[in-house]
Amino acid sequence: MKAVVWQGINRMVVEQVPDPQILQPTDAIVRVTATAICGSDLHLMDGYVPSMVHGDIVGHEFMGEVVEVGSEVRKFKVGDRVIVPFPISCGKCWYCQKGLTSLCDNSNPNAQIAEAMWGHSPAGIYGYSHITGGYAGGQAQFARTVFADANLYKVPEGLSDEQVLFLTDILPTGYMAAEHCDIQGGDTVAVFGCGPVGLFAIKSAFLLGAGRVIGIDRFPERLEMARRMGAETIDYGEEEVFERLKEMTGGNGPDSVIDAVGLESHGTGIGGLADAVKQTTRVLESDRPHAFRSAIMACRKGGTVSVPGVYGGLADKIPLGAFMNKGLTMKTGQTHVHRYLDILTDHIVRGDIDPTMIITHRLGLDDAPHAYKIFKHKHEGCIKCVLDPWADPKDHAPVR
Amino acid sequence: MPEQQLSPQNSSPNERLLAGGLGLGLILLSLRQSGPAGMAVAAGGALLLSGAAMGRGVGDAVVGIQRTPQDEIAVEKAMTIGVSPQELYTFWRNFENLPRFMNHLESVKVQEGGQRSHWVAKAPLGSEVAWDAEITEDVAGKRIAWKSLDGTPVPNEGRVEFREAPLGRGTEVQVVLTYRPPGGTLGAAVARMLGEEPGVQIAEDLRRLKRLLEVGHQPTTEGQASGRKNAFTKAEAKMYDNRRTS
Ligand SMILES: [Zn+2]
Ligand SMILES: [Zn+2]
Repeated sequence: MKAVVWQGINRMVVEQVPDPQILQPTDAIVRVTATAICGSDLHLMDGYVPSMVHGDIVGHEFMGEVVEVGSEVRKFKVGDRVIVPFPISCGKCWYCQKGLTSLCDNSNPNAQIAEAMWGHSPAGIYGYSHITGGYAGGQAQFARTVFADANLYKVPEGLSDEQVLFLTDILPTGYMAAEHCDIQGGDTVAVFGCGPVGLFAIKSAFLLGAGRVIGIDRFPERLEMARRMGAETIDYGEEEVFERLKEMTGGNGPDSVIDAVGLESHGTGIGGLADAVKQTTRVLESDRPHAFRSAIMACRKGGTVSVPGVYGGLADKIPLGAFMNKGLTMKTGQTHVHRYLDILTDHIVRGDIDPTMIITHRLGLDDAPHAYKIFKHKHEGCIKCVLDPWADPKDHAPVR
Repeated sequence: MPEQQLSPQNSSPNERLLAGGLGLGLILLSLRQSGPAGMAVAAGGALLLSGAAMGRGVGDAVVGIQRTPQDEIAVEKAMTIGVSPQELYTFWRNFENLPRFMNHLESVKVQEGGQRSHWVAKAPLGSEVAWDAEITEDVAGKRIAWKSLDGTPVPNEGRVEFREAPLGRGTEVQVVLTYRPPGGTLGAAVARMLGEEPGVQIAEDLRRLKRLLEVGHQPTTEGQASGRKNAFTKAEAKMYDNRRTS
């Protein structure tokens, strides 16, 4: 089959690899009908997530049709149309039973390594380095999914692939980020980063009762999209964000701030430069926490900083003084995707959210290297790429 | 972010930097070697690197081995497992179940009467050690203790406790093990560098037990599809597989 494979820093290539097989009785094989590139895949491509090995199949946003099930799979059968949430839930451990599925105790075969790095191990994740299990990902024609009964989610009839694909990650991620803000009627929420997760966080903040949402980015097409979601916007290339946010909120700052950027944020000034230099070593500092620092500084006293952006290792110079003296609360986490699936599917069916509106590019899997490039550099107005693993290589045209 | 707080045991930033640099260097170096030597160096590198990330000293990463006043190695590990203390006790009390999750055990045979048992373990570098043990304490649902009989090459004794965990989390199982390894502390330190460190072993054994009882098997990626092209990248992937739980 064809798959997108990481072959080193900045080298995502499409290769022929062996088809996946059932390895354990709770596995299911899915024929992938749609997959997407996530912002956090860029951290893999850029080599900031440790423990990637040349030849790893990437991709953690994918869906398709079940083509084979292991002997212990009860809830799914061949022919079912499913989405595959990115964190792997065993369904049995205490965390999974509490709905904290991205913290599953049992699904990461490399838990020992994760514990050395982070103290405790989170769940395994598809296509996302060996620290989170080394599972082959779904930017491929077929994928092996594990603990199928606990993980797969049957797509309701009448919904298209593109309407449900983002339920695997970025839609619940944006939603959980907004939920973490604990929005009280009419609150103002600022969202750093108007990429796919930021945009869904904006939409979700409104659904959860925010009065105002302010989106911060520097790419015109993303800011435009944020405005279409109902947000006011700040272009950080043009304006001083901290001052502008204070001004817009009567001097208070937003009630909560979402860092939807993560470890590769673009800093300015000396701090930003120091981060960039240290991060190139990939040892002295693995994360550039510029957006995170800004979020802490901007948030009103007693407010909440919500962090859906991915961080991997060590970050420098967090304004802990501001964090403590302002009495802030921080909420973070990989998304517990499974717990949001029913709620968000209902919203999609009712038309409250149209996840397809963020899609700017539809390409064949063969075009993945190009898709990664335009997504990373925000060329061609790229906000979100969806890949079709079965498209005829010649039969595509970038669609806006 | 508790890991940011420095405690007296934590190493200085310079020491961490050194360990980090050394760790990375060892990992890179190991990639140029093949076979078990490369793996060992890589494992050492990973250990130092993770030690640096956590603020542990270099020395601590290499020989953080506890000893009793009698110069025995002491290991103590705990894990919470989502079944009742009685279930867990019953599973453990049938010693013949132990090799199902203790990777270093080849077999345990319970002898007539049920108090004595014969243990065969895999030792470093492909050898085997065997000994006889007897139960010294047995409280249903709570505690099992055992001790090796005289004349064993690796004198050892152990105790496992089962306590009901709060909040419906199941059972807190705690293993306490003391033994006198061949080669003394140095032997244990070398074994540790080769990935045979007893504390890690027991922790991984308990994790396998948890997975066996909670989900029925160990998750694995062994045999999955990938785009590895040569022995080099296969060995690198194997470095992770070798350090994994399952
Ligand atoms: Zn993602
Ligand atoms: Zn679980």
